[in-house]
Amino acid sequence: MNNYSNFAENLFKSLSFISTIIFLLIFISIFIVLFYEAKLSISKFSIHFLFNTTWDPVKEEFGGLVPILGTILTSVLAILLAFPISLGIAIFISEICPKFLKNFFRVMIELLAGIPSIIYGMWGLFVFVPIMKNKIEPFLIKHLGFINFFNGEPFGIGLLTASIILSFMIIPFISSTIIELFSLVPNIFRESAYALGSTRFEVIKFVIIPYVKAGIFGSIVLGLARAIGETMAVTFVIGNAYKIPQNIYEPTITIASSLANEFTEATTEIYLSSLFYLALILFIISFLTFSISRILILRIIK
Amino acid sequence: MKWRIILDKFITLISTMFFLFGIFILFWILKDVIVNGLKSINLSFFLEDPRPPGMEGGGLRNAIIGSFLITSISILIAFPIGILTATYISEYSKSSKFSNFVRFVCDVMASAPSIVIGAYVYALFVKPFNTFSAISGSFALSIIMIPIILKTLDELFRLVPNFTKEAAYALGAQKWKVITSIIWQYVRVGILTSVLLSFSRIIGETAPLLFTSFNNMFFEINLFKPMATLTVNIFNFAMSPYENWHKLAWSASFLIVIFVLIVNLTSRLLLKEH
Repeated sequence: MNNYSNFAENLFKSLSFISTIIFLLIFISIFIVLFYEAKLSISKFSIHFLFNTTWDPVKEEFGGLVPILGTILTSVLAILLAFPISLGIAIFISEICPKFLKNFFRVMIELLAGIPSIIYGMWGLFVFVPIMKNKIEPFLIKHLGFINFFNGEPFGIGLLTASIILSFMIIPFISSTIIELFSLVPNIFRESAYALGSTRFEVIKFVIIPYVKAGIFGSIVLGLARAIGETMAVTFVIGNAYKIPQNIYEPTITIASSLANEFTEATTEIYLSSLFYLALILFIISFLTFSISRILILRIIK
Repeated sequence: MKWRIILDKFITLISTMFFLFGIFILFWILKDVIVNGLKSINLSFFLEDPRPPGMEGGGLRNAIIGSFLITSISILIAFPIGILTATYISEYSKSSKFSNFVRFVCDVMASAPSIVIGAYVYALFVKPFNTFSAISGSFALSIIMIPIILKTLDELFRLVPNFTKEAAYALGAQKWKVITSIIWQYVRVGILTSVLLSFSRIIGETAPLLFTSFNNMFFEINLFKPMATLTVNIFNFAMSPYENWHKLAWSASFLIVIFVLIVNLTSRLLLKEH
């Protein structure tokens, strides 16, 4: 009896230890495997890969600058659009709307996050792209065309459309994080400020936001990390062109969408290896942005 | 004095409008998916396989079965690893540094681009065997799922009050017995919802399947062959120029969105009741 139960205890403990190790091994091996597969390309193109705009499978010359730039541009633009809206949503849900509706509204916004990215992509392509091409982009060109990068042809698919679809996707993430942060502000702070005669805006501006400032910055970076790795929503509407966009309407490409499009078509070894090089870069970028957001958010919670 | 009030009203108005905008986007997408999906969903959608371009009709029976199969297997892989790892870091590990490191890795993995996971699994399980396979798709999905399960369970285990554990220890129970019949029992509804939620999350995943389980125009249940899934079919069909395939893509989207919404709302209700 005693032997049996000791055995069971040891077995259970070892099993749970082994799964922890498996989990950590998966994480570490992602770096190793991606690096190993990218080695051919890394040794051929070295660090210049990052600054070369040529992507030519026929001549077997590969450079990642266009997709890297495309990834950064779409994500940053998406954050610029998504952040003010998310902050507004968070303010509405945590400070303005009646208490009994709070949870209901929160669930509604979170459902937006539950919709799979492929649905955003397809909806974007069939419904949103025509609107961009016929209405929004001509409107922007007409009224903001005097600014260089707002001037161009209305393509429909391209940088701006991809960023807008991306911003729809990250709005629920950023607003949920900010609502969470706002709830960390002790009520006594709010009440004290109100008792001094502050308006709601003043309470938000002088009490709540200063209290969670680093966390809000963290939520922006968290949204950025989401946007950087997003594949399907972008692939449908970015246009997939290896070209640095001259204005915000032109088609370009991101790392994730070039992987999605070309991985199964890569016929030569160096082609596939260059795609793995891109995957490694994407993994490192997202690892770094995540770590930054984590440091910023933790600073608040502690 | 007056400016303060006007500014306050202005911010209130803007925030409310932004909120309404968010809700508007949600309903706009849902409306399009439901209207277009319902137009072309019928019995043959569930009973037939896709037809070649240009031909009318056809369905996505192969992809429905494929999605279900690949996702279920990935749960079978991810769940044991997730729950055992969560148990180890919250109950067994003696160093909190190690536990926190595992938690950090978990968060990093949860935010890793899913297409990169696809590339990783491609290198490990597709390239060496020279064939796309359903099982490699399951591996890719399970890697995405483990951190989701691990994180939720780790947080749930902390909710178990110490006195219930101590009571069991006082009766002479061994640690594994306390874990399996006290801790796991205590949070069993939470365990169920975490599985449901991660299921609803990965049923919509596309990127990691593109070059692991790939796609298949035919009905296939051999796990070592390429297999169709709803999401990869949506991608291929929506990108194609054929009207009939677009219809199938909308129907598939409808099916996935309805499924995701139902699972999402049920698991929230389940959690709320406890």
